[in-house]
Parts: sequence; C-alpha cells; structure tokens
Amino acid sequence: MSAPAVALAPLPTAPARSPGRGVYVHIPFCLVHCPYCDFNAHAGMEDVKAPYVAALIAEIEAAADGGPVDTIAFGGGTPTELAPAELGRILAALRSSFAVAGGAEIGLEANPESIDRAGLDALLHAGFTRVSLGVQSLTPAVLRWLGRAHSPSRALGALRDAVAAGFEHVNGDLMFGTPGESPADWRASLEGVLETGVDHVSTYALTVEEKTPLATWVARGRVAAPDDDEQADRYQAAAEVIRSAGLVRYEVSNWARPGCWSRHNVGYWTGAGYLGFGAGAHSLAAGRRWWNVRSPRSYVARSPAVEEDSELLAPEERAAEAAMLGLRLAGGIDRAAFAAVWGVDPGQRWAEELSAAAGLRLVSVTPERVALTEEGFFLWGHVARSLLG
Amino acid sequence: MKDRSLVRAFSLIAHVDHGKSTLADRILQICHAVPDREMREQYLDRMDIERERGITIKAQAIRLRYPAADGKTYELNLIDTPGHVDFSYEVSRSLAACDGVILLVDAAQGVEAQTLANLYLAIEAGLEVIPVLNKIDLPAADPDRVGAELASLIGVSAEGILRVSGKTGDGVRELIEEVVRRVPPPKGDPYAPPRALIFDSAYDNYRGVVTFVRVADGELTARQKVRMMATGAVTELEEVGVFAPTMIKVDRLEAGDVGYAIPGVKNVREAKVGDTITDFANPATEPLAGYRDPKPMVWAGLYPTDGDQYADLRDALDKLRLNDAAFVYEPETSMALGFGFRCGFLGLLHMEIVRERLEREFDLDLLITVPSVAYEVVKMGGEVISVHNPAEMPDPGSILEIREPLAAAMIITPSEFLGTLMELCQERRGEMVEMHYLSENRVEIRYHLPLAEMIVDFFDQLKSRTRGYGSLDYEPIGYRAENLVKVEILLHGEPVDAFSAIVHRDRAQSYGRKMVDKLRELVPRQMFDVAVQAAIGSRIIARETIRARRKDVLAKCYGGDITRKRKLLEKQKAGKRRMKQVGSVEIPQEAFMAALRLDDKK
Repeated sequence: MSAPAVALAPLPTAPARSPGRGVYVHIPFCLVHCPYCDFNAHAGMEDVKAPYVAALIAEIEAAADGGPVDTIAFGGGTPTELAPAELGRILAALRSSFAVAGGAEIGLEANPESIDRAGLDALLHAGFTRVSLGVQSLTPAVLRWLGRAHSPSRALGALRDAVAAGFEHVNGDLMFGTPGESPADWRASLEGVLETGVDHVSTYALTVEEKTPLATWVARGRVAAPDDDEQADRYQAAAEVIRSAGLVRYEVSNWARPGCWSRHNVGYWTGAGYLGFGAGAHSLAAGRRWWNVRSPRSYVARSPAVEEDSELLAPEERAAEAAMLGLRLAGGIDRAAFAAVWGVDPGQRWAEELSAAAGLRLVSVTPERVALTEEGFFLWGHVARSLLG
Repeated sequence: MKDRSLVRAFSLIAHVDHGKSTLADRILQICHAVPDREMREQYLDRMDIERERGITIKAQAIRLRYPAADGKTYELNLIDTPGHVDFSYEVSRSLAACDGVILLVDAAQGVEAQTLANLYLAIEAGLEVIPVLNKIDLPAADPDRVGAELASLIGVSAEGILRVSGKTGDGVRELIEEVVRRVPPPKGDPYAPPRALIFDSAYDNYRGVVTFVRVADGELTARQKVRMMATGAVTELEEVGVFAPTMIKVDRLEAGDVGYAIPGVKNVREAKVGDTITDFANPATEPLAGYRDPKPMVWAGLYPTDGDQYADLRDALDKLRLNDAAFVYEPETSMALGFGFRCGFLGLLHMEIVRERLEREFDLDLLITVPSVAYEVVKMGGEVISVHNPAEMPDPGSILEIREPLAAAMIITPSEFLGTLMELCQERRGEMVEMHYLSENRVEIRYHLPLAEMIVDFFDQLKSRTRGYGSLDYEPIGYRAENLVKVEILLHGEPVDAFSAIVHRDRAQSYGRKMVDKLRELVPRQMFDVAVQAAIGSRIIARETIRARRKDVLAKCYGGDITRKRKLLEKQKAGKRRMKQVGSVEIPQEAFMAALRLDDKK
C-alpha cells in the first residue's frame, strides 16, 4: 500500500490545540437574489453601498483591540459587488485595527459575473490570498433554474483567471441535486471545475430553506422538492470524481488538495473564536456569541451601535456544539484534545449515542478518535442531533 | 284530582331542520307560556333553566295552558323528542309518554328518513298522528306535492293535512285545536299502584340526576320511597315538579301527568331511560313495556395526544359517565398509542358527541382509533365471547365462528341518486330488503348492512353521493355469522395494534393493501429498511419496504449560521422525542392520525 499524500498534510481534526482567531466581513449585496438563497443578501441596494462601507469601517475601528488575527473571510452576498478599492479600504482598516498575522489566509467570495481578470489582479494586489467562486453548475438549464446570472463559460473563465492571477487558493462552489440536473450534468460540472486547476471544491446539496421563494414554489407544487435519494447519489458521485482528481474531503461539503483547506472555515469547526463585521454578522469569543442587526439599512442607520442580540452558551452546550461541529470534519474529533479543552472525552460523554451511531455504521470510534464513516457524512444530522441537548 | 279529559300529551316529530323548534316557539306564544319580553327564538333550546340555582337542564316536557275554542282550558304537555340519537329507541321512550304526535314535514324538503322512522315509531306506539306541512311561507315550498307524498304514506286524504308556518304563525292555532280534538286524554288508573315511565334523564352538578317522567297509574309525591323496576334501585324521591316552562315544584304528579322527578341518585345508571318507577311499599306487579338496557354498538380507542393528559382523560370519562348511561369505557394499552381507553358508544353520532364534549368541555386533545363493532365469537368449546377490540380477537385456530352485528338501514333519496346509493350499499356488503317509491322522484330503500360497514364513512358517502339530499336511519337487528378475519399490520415485524382490524375475508387483501400503502407514505424513512406488512395470522397478504434514509445533513454549517443550525437540529430532536415508538421504528403522532383517518375518498 502506498502512503497517500494526505499523510504529509494531516486532515484537520477538532478541536484545534491552539485555536486562532478569524475575522468575517459580511457584504450583503448581490446583482440578483437567487430564489433558493436564505443568506442575508440583497439586490438593488446601490444607494446603501457607500454608507455601508463607512459603517463597516466604523464597526471595525470600534472593535480594534490590536489582538492577533489568523484568517479573514469576506462573504455575502457577493463581496465583489463592491469595487476592489473599497474592499481594499476595509482590509486596510482591519490591518490597522488588529495584528493580522503574516501568511494569514485572506479570502473572499465572488460571483463569476461580477469579476474579471483586472478585478482579480486588483484584489490580489489588495492582499487577498484566496478566492471562492460561486459556480454552482456548468449546465445552462440548471443555472437558469437556480436563477444564476452567469453562463458556464463565464464561470470557467473566472476560475481560470483566478488561477492564472496567482491566488494561493482558488475554490469553486458547486450545488447538486437541482431538479432536472442529470447525473451526467453533475459529473460534467465537477470535471469542468476541477480541470481549471482549482485546489478546493465545495459541493452543496440544494436545500429548500424556509422563507425563500423556492420554499414557496415547493409548497405550492410549482416545482418538485429535491429528492433525497438523488442527492445522495450525486454526493456519492462527487466523492468519486473529486477524489480521482487528487482532492480529499476534509469536511462534509468541502474538498481540497491536501493542506489547501480553508483555514478560516476550519476555524469554525475546530473551536476558533471569530469577530464578525457587517449586517447580521456573528461573533464568538469565550462562549459568548453575539450578532448584528440583519438588515443592511438598519445596520447603516444604527451604526456604530449595531449589535442585535447575544447568547451565552453553558459549558455543556459549548461542548455539545464543539462535538457536533467537529464531527463534520473528516479528521473527526481527537478525543484527548477534546478532553483537554472541554473536560469530557466524547467517547465516554456520548458513549451510548456514539455506539448507536456506530451500530448504524455512521461513525467509527477508536481510542484516539471519533469520526464519521464514508456512509456517515451524508447522515451527519442523525449523529449531530443525538449529541445535542 | 284534576279533570283528566282536559289533559293532552303530545310530541312534535320531524326530520332534523324541518322546523320543530320554531313551531314550538309559536305554540308557547299562543299559550302565553312566556312573557313576550322574554321570548326569544328557539326558546326551549336556548333556555338556561334557573341558572341561579345552578340547574342547567333543558326541559324535555313543557306544561302549557290553552283556552280552546270550545271555551274550556286544556292542559297541554308538549314533550320533546331527543334530537341527536343514533337509534330510535330513545325517541320511542319519549313517544311512549305521549298520546299523540304532530308529524311535521318541511313543505319544501318533503319526507325524509327520520320522518318515516319517527312515523313508524308513533304508529307502533298506537298514537294518534296529526300530519302537518310546515314552512309553507317559503318560496320553495311545494305543499301540493309534499302533501300528496305524506297523504299516500299515512293513508289519509291530502286535503285533510294541515298547512302551517312556524315562522309566521299561520295555521298554528288551528293545529292546536286539532291536537285538542284528536289526541285522546290520558288513560291509566289513578288508584292503581304507581307506575311512571322515565322517558329521559339528565345530570346536573347541583341536583344530581333529574328524570323526566310520565305517570301512567297512581301518583308520585315528594319524599316517596320508590323502586326502579328494571334496575332494582331503591331511593326516595327528593322532589317532583313540572316545567312550565321553568322548573316548578309540585306536591304530586298524578296519573296522566308529565313532569320531572329527582330521585336522589348520583348516577344516571340508577335511573335509566325506559325504566318504570313504582312505589316501594305498594309496588306494581308489571313494569311499563319496552325497557331496554342501552348496549354500546360502536367501539373505539380514545387516547390523549399528549400522554401526560391520561389522568385528565380518565377524570373526564368518569364525569361524563355520570350523565350518559349509554357510555362505557375500560382502560386499554396500545403499544403504538400508549395508555388510553376502549370506549363503547350507542352509535357513531354518540361517539361524535362524546368526543366533542371531551375536547370542548374538558379541553383534551384526543386521538380516536378506527371504530369497530362488538363481535360475537364462538370458540371451539362452544363458549361465546364478545370482542370489541380487534387486538383481543382470539387465535384463529380457537375460533369456531365469528358473528357480526347487522343493521337495518332505511334510506330516502331523490331517485336520480338511487344507482349510486345501491352501489354504495353493495360495496358495503348490504342486502336490499325493500324498495318503495314515495312519489315519482323520491325513493325509500331498505337494506340490511353489517354495522361494521356503516360506521366508517358510510353517512358521509351517502351525503356526498346524494349532494346532501339523501337521509338515513338505521337500527341494529342482531348478529349473523360471517367469514371474518383479523388483519394485523406489522412494522419491521412488530404488530401495530391500533391498525388491527376485523374484516370480511374478501376485503382482507384490500384493507391490508390500503393500510400498507398508507403507512409507506406516512411513516418517515428510518436509518434502516423497514418492512410494512399486512398479515392474517402468520400469512403475509401485503408488503412494502420503506427504504433507509440516505440523506440527513445540513449542507452548510459555518460561523454565522451555527446558532441557527443548532436550533434547527434541536427542534428536529424535540420532534423526534414526541414520536411514538413501535419496536425500533419512530413514527410521528401525525402519521398515526393520518393513517387512522380511513377515508375511501377517491
């Protein structure tokens, strides 16, 4: 047996022994609002953009503590709905407010239609190291169904441009199980994205989220809800196609060349703290989680007093949450490290639940580790629920 | 002693909604029973009797004084027949307290099943029948046609049938004159040992049981020590009186009188409808005819939706039992539904009323299993047992035969729906006994049907197939041996007791198939494959597989979303906790309820 490349860059496991701190910046603007999306994203808010950037910078400066920051992620919405110069200004505000580590991961999400080569060069120049493109599919009919504004060729062009521009890491976001998408469509989307040379792929099952136009359509019978079995088939196909391209799954929906994990996201699953800036952004520090007002207009209006509410997690809840998040990682939970951080060995604390899940072949439990099995990834919810409350 | 030649006791009988209450209002007004300022529509139905004394019993008989055209003042006793009954026995008791009836027919609707059923009861009781067409003020009224229908039914000339409007009062005085003229005065012997018929009873939290009585012979007085001739209960009458229309205490009720007696018992079972009250020291030898012990015909399991309400349900059933002599129950445990009660009802209507009362008066959220009937099972040794819960059906090997209750059904329908109704009765294993055209386009059909086939969805089907114009009356008529089997439904090998049913062998396959298909739809996918099977004994007659769940995941779970996602998972988990467990299979309560809703609707 040849040792896989993974051995050189071990899979992330939870919890991190010395968790860092991440910063998340929410840019809530989109060219169009996709019918399935339940994120805090809004189209047609041109007039809010400028005051929003000002409010963001004000919030960042108000939170300045000079402390270390290891990763930064701009998400949305579509961050590239703002000009690279504006994104650069926000980044500069972060650098002057926190001690952003050398070699920090600085990523942003972009949509193919809102970025070109010049823009990518400008972002790279501003200091971004990672770009994640919302490709979703390379099948025109599927893109139309999803209400996306770009064409397959534009998506592929953007991915190639990003790779060529010289970002350290480039991700393609894909969505599967859209009604009407054939197995061949899905395979072609995966292969097309992988051929561009990206080092990271995220694959998400299309989900009917509450209070979205899609949920209304499904409820009224206008469109069929995605089929669980079909999605399970697609997920399995993705595992095969992506693996054969040399990427490994390190989280339920995320695949990367070994070592090219999204460090910022790994932080969420391994217990890192984070500061969130912008409308609806969440922060977590020392068991307290707080979040900002969700509406961009309210965020601007209430600046700089933008905090909406908070919750204080009891130690028991924090441990359960850490376990449920850690299990999303292919590397799973390191029992000794977990016990050191949370005071309980998950293999003992949830002995009964994990043994039931192991009986269903969803998890493997060894003296060192608790992790989902290959069959367990797409049934994570079953295991996660058993750990909660 | 009063002049009994001036006493009349009569009742209004009609199909539901043919205008009984409104006509009663007019009669009350003409007799000045209620001061005008207190008169309201449907006075008797809405009367809260002497609320300050805590008594809330509806008058079932009213004493009225009527100055007739002949110059004499008559005492009229207007006796109400119970409206919502499954079988006519209860109506027949009220009629036994009368000497005549007004047969009221809506001049627009025509003769309906209950009109006929009531008419036959009155004829059987030997009562004078005064046919009347009501609602002649309605534009849709067709008194000539309906009058002809009625005339041919009773065998009188159409010209002799009175026409009234309860609403406008037209013809009502003439009708009362007719009552005075045609209804005979009471018979009976005032000097004989007392005999009084209990024709209705009610329960009041304050006074206990109140019985409505018609004194046939002798007299009843307050403080009299009496015996119930059927149940043998001995008690002292606390009070006797009449409704005029409010409750008025009197010294005595004489032969021929209609009124109330408070027997000082706490439970309606000690003073049952149909029983005869006699004197303890000077008893009559023969009770009045016609007593029947109310026997539950329809059975169903009642379960609290929330298991914590079990004790509340038990208390509610205890209370309900106090004022409902026909209602019985026993504790029952279902693997699928938890702790509940198997309850016996007179019929479907009774079941519906009990359920409504439990939910409304006691604020309970209930689940009712598919109703079933009581079967007579003859075992190999010749022993006959009654089985009213399919789960208790003995092993097929020990059964010699199973007998099921039969009902005689009378249906009246516009003739255009005859075909579809015959089809319905055929589907329900009915045998036609008789068909009779009431008029050119209205038909009376009589069927013998297994009661079990009537208790699920039969009435709804009849109504929908006749666009609401069909009417039904039915009566149990004994038992008949049939080729019946118990079909069990198994989930992952475990029988789900709530779905077991006793069905005709010819229907076993289709029942099993239907339940299996239904459950496959309703039972959520589990973490493993689940077999859904229908079985007769150990023989599987239908099978489906619910495939194991393959997806149960949140695709995205990042920083800002964690609180929301955790709450979603917690909510799902709370939902799972509420699920019922059959073996290792988890089923939401709603799935059970949906499966128990056994509609045949296409």
